[in-house]
Amino acid sequence: MDLYEYQARDLFEQHGVPVLRGITADTPDEAQAAAAELGGGVVVVKAQVKTGGRGKAGGVKLAKSPEEAKAAAEAILGLDIKGHTVHRVMVAEGAAIKEEYYFSVLLDRANRSYLAMCSYEGGMEIEQLAEERPEALAKVEVDPSTGIDQAKAEEIVRAASFPEELVAKVAPVIVKLYGVFTGEDATLVEVNPLVLTEGGDVIALDGKITLDENAEFRHEAHAQLEDKAATNPLEAKAKAADLNYVKLDGQVGIIGNGAGLVMSTLDVVAYAGERHGGVKPANFLDIGGGASAQVMAAGLDVILNDEDVKSVFVNVFGGITACDEVANGIVKALEILGDEASKPLVVRLDGNNVEEGRRILADANHPLVTVVETMDEAADKAAELAAA
Amino acid sequence: MSIYLNKDSKVIVQGITGGEGSKHTARMLAAGTQVVGGVNARKAGTTVSHTAQDGSAVELPVFGSVAEAMAETGADTSIVFVPPAFAKDAVIEAVDAGIGLLVVITEGIPVQDSAEFWAHAKAKGTTRIIGPNCPGIITPEESLVGITPANITGKGPIGLVSKSGTLTYQMMFELRDIGFSTAIGIGGDPIIGTTHIDALEAFEADPETKAIVMIGEIGGDAEERAADFIKANVTKPVVGYVAGFTAPEGKTMGHAGAIVSGSSGTAEAKQVALEAAGVKVGKTPSETARLMREVIESL
Repeated sequence: MDLYEYQARDLFEQHGVPVLRGITADTPDEAQAAAAELGGGVVVVKAQVKTGGRGKAGGVKLAKSPEEAKAAAEAILGLDIKGHTVHRVMVAEGAAIKEEYYFSVLLDRANRSYLAMCSYEGGMEIEQLAEERPEALAKVEVDPSTGIDQAKAEEIVRAASFPEELVAKVAPVIVKLYGVFTGEDATLVEVNPLVLTEGGDVIALDGKITLDENAEFRHEAHAQLEDKAATNPLEAKAKAADLNYVKLDGQVGIIGNGAGLVMSTLDVVAYAGERHGGVKPANFLDIGGGASAQVMAAGLDVILNDEDVKSVFVNVFGGITACDEVANGIVKALEILGDEASKPLVVRLDGNNVEEGRRILADANHPLVTVVETMDEAADKAAELAAA
Repeated sequence: MSIYLNKDSKVIVQGITGGEGSKHTARMLAAGTQVVGGVNARKAGTTVSHTAQDGSAVELPVFGSVAEAMAETGADTSIVFVPPAFAKDAVIEAVDAGIGLLVVITEGIPVQDSAEFWAHAKAKGTTRIIGPNCPGIITPEESLVGITPANITGKGPIGLVSKSGTLTYQMMFELRDIGFSTAIGIGGDPIIGTTHIDALEAFEADPETKAIVMIGEIGGDAEERAADFIKANVTKPVVGYVAGFTAPEGKTMGHAGAIVSGSSGTAEAKQVALEAAGVKVGKTPSETARLMREVIESL
């Protein structure tokens, strides 16, 4: 889960990382009040969107008074920044910036480790810096069992060619940022820019945090960071039913068991769609290894309520679960749903007890259900029905 | 021959008294696996009742620690079924006890826990970890340490390594008349113990394996690195499949590691890299199975 800047700022503050005061506002009036609360002096009004390039898109404005902050918020709220509409701004204290740096610590999949990246030259897009001046970006491996202590932080800062007098100032902030990384179970903590003020303070001016959803069980507070308003209602419904669902923009609803098989099903449907008016998969839905009737019903319920869905492809390999249980699950699910089940279902079963599974579906003879033997043929049928 | 696992492997189950642990202990015994005991500190000294492959009743001892279980039974392999919150400690305990092969089935382990136990295991250097979030490993007709259905197919010349469980089952099913030397599900998490490259290297060295099928999916660059490895080190024919061509950027597709971030981790990049290494890549699972069939027929 990616966080908004203001959420990252709050977590930084909780972990002792120096930040500037900031107050969120959803209306121009709130922005004006926030600027007044911050002392009525210079503030920066920043769009809260989960994408980069806010500055260039006009999403960050300096305001010298609460009235100017209001005007700035008026200009920013509602902006479209790379497909993200701005619904909230953060009004933050202004700072006299002397220098800008870059720091991040992240999960390094390829090396099965953590990686710290640091640069004495901050402020620009880090991808651009990495490409144009890779020597200016220090990359230091961090051993997950020992982490970043003061000595390691100094090593990182020195690797980034900070002048010696700054090492003692910057390193403790990096130790604190690593505290955010481990303390919050993040997979990314990025500060760009990390600034040195005219007053000599090192401050995290803008931050980005990605949290590990697998670790939610030990962070009760993380649930509140979720952007419920921005969550697709079908995704919210699926999540409430404990289903692994992602809404896509096609017309063929997909249910399968196992993440890999479902991803594969999306691909096969997309290929089939090329022969049927360009229809595409409408969602990802993995009902897991043990597909009970209840889970099947919950999954069908989500998919059949998707207005974009014109047909449904149920693709199950009976591995741990046998096909006869899955077939019974489909039949029961259709009974549970009754008249709500209104779209054609193409079912492909393979694996354990497949003959019995197909027989159960044939006996049930449900008018909406077509059983097709192979995954490729079933995808073709589902695409054809969606295009009709 | 096979890789990592054979009929002589002696297996303990960490979490043997839990629901999943109990269910799959029964399945592993039925598949012929030599399950010799289990671990649960709170139930040490008790036994659990199961049925062996030949139908006879077995009482499996429950030990207080992995070290004790190994000392008492001579176990060289362990499988972890404990819940995510306790998985890190279970893995570190097994690594410290010096277990040779450790299969971590548990799904939903925080990735920092996996990073920590991986760093620990790497430093120790004595344990091969498979997983987490994986279906485990099967050497058909010999031993199953995992949750893969053992009745899909039997012994044969194909080695299989896959990020996905159900696609593994699907591929074994499509090629069931040919059979497999060993099939390994390495898991779909961002940090895993055994990689595609590890398995490719082992299959290359295994005389019983004549051809290899490699199944990947979006996320990370493991497939690209495997392609480089194949180009330089693998002489046996490799057939590949990659899932997730239509996955949108920034969305996790079921597996924690299955996510396209910006332009990295796309299925297309993986396919291109594999094909450049001489791997025949199928567009669908059934086409992949057909390509493997052609390879086997031409041997």
